[in-house]
Amino acid sequence: MRFKKNLLSALVLCALSTASWLASAQTLRVANQGDSLSMDPHSLNESLQLSVTGNVYEGLVARNKDLSLAPGLATAWKQTAPTVWRFELRKGVQFHDGTPFTADDVLFSLARTQADGSDMKSYTNDFKEVRKINDYTVEIETKTPFPILPDVLSLVYMMSKKWCETNQAVKPVDRRKGVENAASFRTNGTGPYRVRERQPNVRTTFVRHGSYWGKVEGNVQEVVFTPIGNDSTRVAALLSGEIDVMEPVPVQDIDRVNAGTNTRVQTGAELRTIFLGMDQKRDELLYSSVKGKNPFKDKRVRQAFYQAIDIDGIKRTVMRGASNPTALMIGPGINGFQADQNKRLPYDLEAAKKLMAEAGYPTGFEVTMNCPNDRYVNDSRICQAVAANLSRINVKINLQAETKGTYFPKILRRDTSFYLLGWTPSTYDAHNALNALMACVDDKGTGQFNLGAYCNPKVDELTKKIQAETDKTARGAMIKEAFELHANDIGHLPLHQQALAWGMSKKVDLVQLADNFMPFKWVSIKK
Amino acid sequence: MPAFILRRLLQAVIVMMVVALIAFMLFQYVGDPVVFLLGQDASPQQIAQMRSDLGLDRPFVVQFWHFLVNAVQGEFGLSLRQGAKVSRLIAERFPATLELALVAAFMALLIGIPMGVYAALRRGSFGSQIFMTVSLLGVSLPTFLIGILLILVFAVGLGWFPSFGRGETVRIGWWQTGLLSAKGWHHIVLPAITLAIFQLTLIMRLVRAEMLEVLRTDYIKFARARGLSNRVIHFGHALKNTLVPVMTITGLQLGGLIAFAIITETVFQWPGMGLLFIQAVTFADIPVMAAYLCLIALIFVVINLVVDLLYFVVDPRLRIDNASGH
Repeated sequence: MRFKKNLLSALVLCALSTASWLASAQTLRVANQGDSLSMDPHSLNESLQLSVTGNVYEGLVARNKDLSLAPGLATAWKQTAPTVWRFELRKGVQFHDGTPFTADDVLFSLARTQADGSDMKSYTNDFKEVRKINDYTVEIETKTPFPILPDVLSLVYMMSKKWCETNQAVKPVDRRKGVENAASFRTNGTGPYRVRERQPNVRTTFVRHGSYWGKVEGNVQEVVFTPIGNDSTRVAALLSGEIDVMEPVPVQDIDRVNAGTNTRVQTGAELRTIFLGMDQKRDELLYSSVKGKNPFKDKRVRQAFYQAIDIDGIKRTVMRGASNPTALMIGPGINGFQADQNKRLPYDLEAAKKLMAEAGYPTGFEVTMNCPNDRYVNDSRICQAVAANLSRINVKINLQAETKGTYFPKILRRDTSFYLLGWTPSTYDAHNALNALMACVDDKGTGQFNLGAYCNPKVDELTKKIQAETDKTARGAMIKEAFELHANDIGHLPLHQQALAWGMSKKVDLVQLADNFMPFKWVSIKK
Repeated sequence: MPAFILRRLLQAVIVMMVVALIAFMLFQYVGDPVVFLLGQDASPQQIAQMRSDLGLDRPFVVQFWHFLVNAVQGEFGLSLRQGAKVSRLIAERFPATLELALVAAFMALLIGIPMGVYAALRRGSFGSQIFMTVSLLGVSLPTFLIGILLILVFAVGLGWFPSFGRGETVRIGWWQTGLLSAKGWHHIVLPAITLAIFQLTLIMRLVRAEMLEVLRTDYIKFARARGLSNRVIHFGHALKNTLVPVMTITGLQLGGLIAFAIITETVFQWPGMGLLFIQAVTFADIPVMAAYLCLIALIFVVINLVVDLLYFVVDPRLRIDNASGH
């Protein structure tokens, strides 16, 4: 039994050392369900990676706490011609290695986003030429008029030309040749924090960049970022005080975290809109009991589906309150969102039944619904609730819920009749949603996620005009009209914006951005 | 003897090829990595380009052949998701998994053997009844549940142990070890217990059964007749003979510990190979999955080979049979 004794003393020793384990007040310990996959700001167009690297790198344009545009590495910008934007660069900015930031770095970085292996190509695809006027002035000429260019640039981060050249990082990682890229592991940005240590998927440590050009409101000197994939473990780590901030809090654990003596949950509306789409193109649905015709071509059927969905019930039971039901395909915070337009058709079973009968389906029909089960908050449970709702108007749903790895290829092939999808406009502008989700499908990428091929030529025409319109008021009116037409057509069935839920220690004070970004510079820890 | 080893090595190669083939066939169903590599705004042309860049548009047989040719050279390419060399990713993760598995294995041995001996010697006593009941629980509770319960009790409730991660590591060459710092040991306790519990109960039950068997044999009776003390009989003679099968089983189980640490690693965010594999599965990161499965197959094959060779050394009858056979 000698062994047991040794083990016991080891246990006691470990318990004693717990006290020294607590970190100092200036250190912020953050956990997320995933890790930033690379430190290269151009390699992947994904919000977590851009959020994490956004503390190290900056774009020409930054965003305020309400997501409105703010000066970043450019102090001012204006449109000098419909296709030309001019940016005045900030003077006296240094990269973390001390090199000054100039127009050459802008030219280099924008070109880098178009290089092999860059996932940020779509932001700069429409650039015709980027010109250096002098060391602190840059002009961007686009192929077509581009009214929202500054919005698009907020996620295109600037890298140092000199650093990239000396570190074999001129291009983002090249998967074909199997070449690793120094910028995947190390960083050299202009942002308020720099990376001190990086162990992919284990721990990334950030420290304040002493000679940052801007103001840092928070008091965090050091940030330790850890991915914790398992939901229960992440919650446990917060409750036990091993981390200060974590996200997301699973909706079923929100009450538990709020009940903790030292922890709370901060919720807020996210930009992503969850909606259902229906195949409105084929003459016969691929997966339905109705043969010879497509019931979703009939607006009455679409409206019946809409009015049969008990969205407040879904909010209450599936989302546990953590959602905002919506009538629009974009949420608050997206340029073009208009609150007075956000009125859902009422939940009304009788009206829905009547519409079904008028459309010729008094006894309902059968249709297969496709749904991811690991992409959005409670996605497959939302689908189950919708299926239960629709059964009341005699529609029998065959639910196919599957992992995102197989789900997305399937629905992108348009191999579906009825599906669930979520969308955040990457430009923070309504045009992105109109163009990807609602415009008539062509083979050049327009309507690429309009998987049911909804098509209204008037909406299409407006979408094209919105892209080029430079007058803000006229543009806003056109966006409003397009959404109105789409809502009248019942082109999709919008459900809700899921809520962000960040768990944190009560000592932490931070700004929760609607795009789920976490700028460390706005985090404070009370002593 | 060399012929025997050669034969086993040949078999090992075939086993690994079959594993790779099955793995590759499965990959056709885990999903399309290209969707994750390109963001939502990628155009159809970009998607097609990426697919051909990665060779995913080629027929299955061609893809498999390329994989084999590269794998033989120890080259598994770049992780699609992380853009880092797979060999580097695995080398970074392997120490964590091996240390966890070894600590768990020792824990299982150091606690399981005494418990088994006790349960055999004091058969029917209250203590051994308790051990047997608890061991039944250990066998039947799923690992993730044990892990989460341990976290709830010892991390959230009592605050004795950290709930995730590996703590501080010390680098020795390319090997990142957590076993040289107090924090590292502090972090390994809960995951190691989680991983060890099943093995512990297995060893305990095995030792008990073997011990009971041995205690019935003639030489123990003779030893008693000679008037040897109980202590010498139990630990000097009986236990020694009990341990041969225990060592064999433990060796084989070590492979299992490494391979099946996946769940424990997921629960405790232990940065080992299992966690790497799970992350790879969710994003259909084929090179990482393929390399992991081949490595696990290799570990099993090697351990099996070593165990076979140990038999050769331990059991004289095998050698005589072989010699007379040829």
